[in-house]
Amino acid sequence: MISSQHDGSLLRIKNLTGIRGTEKLFQGIHFDLQSGQAVWLRGANGSGKTTLLRMLTGISVPEVGEILWNGETLAKSEAFRRQLVYLGHSNGLKDDLTALESLQFLTTVHGRSSEAPALEEALQKMGVFHRRHLPVRMLSQGQRKRVALARLALETQPGVWVLDEPFDSLDDSGVAVVTQLLETHLGRGGRVILTSHIPFKIEGVDIRTLQLEKRRAP
Amino acid sequence: MTGAAVRSVLGRDLRLASRRPIDAFLPVVFFLVAGSLFPLGVGPEANVLRQIAPGVVWVCALLSAMMSLGSLYGGDYADGSLEQMLISAQPTLLIVCAKALAHWIMTGLPLILVAPLLGMLFDMHSDAIQTLVWSLLLGTPILSLVGGVGAALTLGLRNGAVLILLLVLPLCIPVLIFGAGAVANVDMGLSPSGHLSLLGALLLLTLLGAPVATSAALRISV
Repeated sequence: MISSQHDGSLLRIKNLTGIRGTEKLFQGIHFDLQSGQAVWLRGANGSGKTTLLRMLTGISVPEVGEILWNGETLAKSEAFRRQLVYLGHSNGLKDDLTALESLQFLTTVHGRSSEAPALEEALQKMGVFHRRHLPVRMLSQGQRKRVALARLALETQPGVWVLDEPFDSLDDSGVAVVTQLLETHLGRGGRVILTSHIPFKIEGVDIRTLQLEKRRAP
Repeated sequence: MTGAAVRSVLGRDLRLASRRPIDAFLPVVFFLVAGSLFPLGVGPEANVLRQIAPGVVWVCALLSAMMSLGSLYGGDYADGSLEQMLISAQPTLLIVCAKALAHWIMTGLPLILVAPLLGMLFDMHSDAIQTLVWSLLLGTPILSLVGGVGAALTLGLRNGAVLILLLVLPLCIPVLIFGAGAVANVDMGLSPSGHLSLLGALLLLTLLGAPVATSAALRISV
């Protein structure tokens, strides 16, 4: 297969196997994620979606198979971590900090700009601007998710987004905003891999589906 | 960029502590209360008190530093901010150092400030109190650093709090011996500098080893 992308970076997943304890969750996963591409990871509960996503962030290291970023092993690639955005099940917000402070901490740690006007604009886009000075523990589940997702609105580079159920606990308007953000990101050549139990559509993008089959125990 | 990340981790941890002042003051209150129980239990004999004072103060400092270890990484682990820090481009070592520094500022520093008070309660001489403060200044950072290793290793375990004690307390025995020994030396009219130098050496050794071990443990636990 000849790669059509010469300028963009490449995330290559080779023969990946997910193991939890002694149970094999998935096996022989191969795919390339190129500029402007989106992959929708699907599968039943317990089929290893989150395990796979965590491997793609470099938090867990695969025992079998490898993940390469421009030919470099993921765990060793600082360049990969610099452009990665990962939103997991837990939002990464501190209960006792305000929404704005929490967001500011995350952007600083990830080396992004953390100027207050930009953060406020992102919170505005996510519709939680009026809540920005409230401690996170006083926000509803959906509002917390919106604060966490505000990081996506701050991104300007065509990096890799790894999103675990980004539409979870969002209402219709929230889903629309996130879809809009994904569309913008893919439009500028970004890459997205996400899980979602609700169907979604991104204008002008052909989303590839990757189905994780639940392997039966022998 | 790296300095900004260290500052933001440190600043965030201190800000979090200021949002929960009661939790933040608990270790130092424990230190004072536990320490002041001894004169009541042992009796008001000044000579005896003066003799046990270094050991008592150091044991109380050790236990009070252990109290807050469970939440050192526990909170960040539970709400997902730990994994966000680990996948960032920042070196894990720096994050670990910033967390240890924040822990020391919140638990070690207050102990050093109130230790003279406890010393006076035990009728310690002023030069013994001075040595006590120096030994705590050198010793409490070791507790925060070694404690970090225990906290990182026990992340997500059910009996984590007890396990931390079992893991960390034995490693802190040298600190206890040299810390209390330095003060005892002053009481006997000897120079504390030998013990203090050893404490300093221990601190350097821990500074070299503990952050590396903590980062490795975090990678395993998360």
